[in-house]
Amino acid sequence: MEKVKLFGTWSSPFVKRIVWALNLKNIEHEVIYEDLANKSPELLKYNPIHKKVPVLVHNEISICESLVILQYIDETWKNTCPLLPKDPLDRAKERFWARFGDEEVLPSFFGYVMKKGKDQEEAKETTLAHLKRIEQLLSEKKFLSGESFGFLDIAFGWLAEYSHPLEVVAGLKLLDEDSFPNLCAWKDRFLEIPAIKESWPDQETLIAKFQESKDGSGK
Amino acid sequence: MGNKSEIKLLGTAASPFANRVQFALNLKSMKYEYIEENLACKSELLIKSNPVHKKVPVLLHADKPPICESQIIVEYLDEIRPDLYQLLPSVSLDRANCRFWAAYIDNKFFPLYEELRQTLNKAGQEAIKEQMIEATQQLEEAFIKSSNGKTYFGGDQVGYLDVILGCFIRWTQHVDELNDFNKFDEVRILELAKWAKCIASHEALKSVTPGKETLESFFGLINIYRPPYK
Repeated sequence: MEKVKLFGTWSSPFVKRIVWALNLKNIEHEVIYEDLANKSPELLKYNPIHKKVPVLVHNEISICESLVILQYIDETWKNTCPLLPKDPLDRAKERFWARFGDEEVLPSFFGYVMKKGKDQEEAKETTLAHLKRIEQLLSEKKFLSGESFGFLDIAFGWLAEYSHPLEVVAGLKLLDEDSFPNLCAWKDRFLEIPAIKESWPDQETLIAKFQESKDGSGK
Repeated sequence: MGNKSEIKLLGTAASPFANRVQFALNLKSMKYEYIEENLACKSELLIKSNPVHKKVPVLLHADKPPICESQIIVEYLDEIRPDLYQLLPSVSLDRANCRFWAAYIDNKFFPLYEELRQTLNKAGQEAIKEQMIEATQQLEEAFIKSSNGKTYFGGDQVGYLDVILGCFIRWTQHVDELNDFNKFDEVRILELAKWAKCIASHEALKSVTPGKETLESFFGLINIYRPPYK
């Protein structure tokens, strides 16, 4: 019997993508919720380098970094719901955009929401430019991975699930249907996927959490 | 791989990321055409091939869309020709370990060098050097675990992590000399220091490692375009 544990928090977009992958592949697992202000000895043992979530522990061996974990899950449980495409070029493309998402899009989006005044204005341009690139990726495609959803949709899933609560906290709609018709359509499709839908976090609680982060940041 | 021009690599002699891809291509005995880019005056081909980042390296394979980001290029090469000197291990756990440390090397370890270059105040520099020492300590432990008593991260032969970290040796040596600092110190990190000497002299890497003049000239360029400010 394979033992799979996931250390995470209920609100982290990086943890969420692992939950989706595990659910999509029907992998039985236990989720251990961490209080990041008071990290458990187990988390520190399994991720001594970064001390962050998510951490996947499979038969007592830990794997860290969400995109690394996603690929590990895909390669280990390869017979159900494959996430990455087979073709090496398509795989390279998805890895490129997933990395772009994590290194550029997500930080600028969250940064834009959390900032205030002039800082927010400056971050807005960058975020919109990034979103335009993703919008272009979706032209003539149902999902970022193509006809059906895959690794890249999971990697950008935070945009589908978190954009509304983030917009409420920012006080501004970012993903409007006129500017981003493809992204909005993709968002609806993504959220309808059963394994995604069943783990949708409560929006009000997310809004409260992000508001708290913004108020506490003092920026 | 038959036709040389089927693979083209856009790079810069001084770029460790470009060196990394060349290292992989050489290990795999894959022929390629190398196109040197002048980063002060980027070619149309580079900008068209990598519109998002406008950086080297970029791999152009036959008439396929360009592939960017050195780690991604190396994995791509390994996937199209796993029969030629396989770099990533077959076991998914070992692959995850490789990817984890590759991310650490590129996102935690190497950026410290850019930070050091941009920091002029002594206290700031010392703080960064402390972080570098800690990072090499982590890499030493990773090496010991990964190599299992053998010469390379990959064991008896050069593997993915050897390629990922190996390309930085010359660059970091250059910065160490400028800062009177020895990061791969044999006393502190014996195994990694031994490995560093070994990998730097590997034919597949040595042949593409930039010389002192090339590095000096490149650093001069970076200091103009991204001058130190801290």
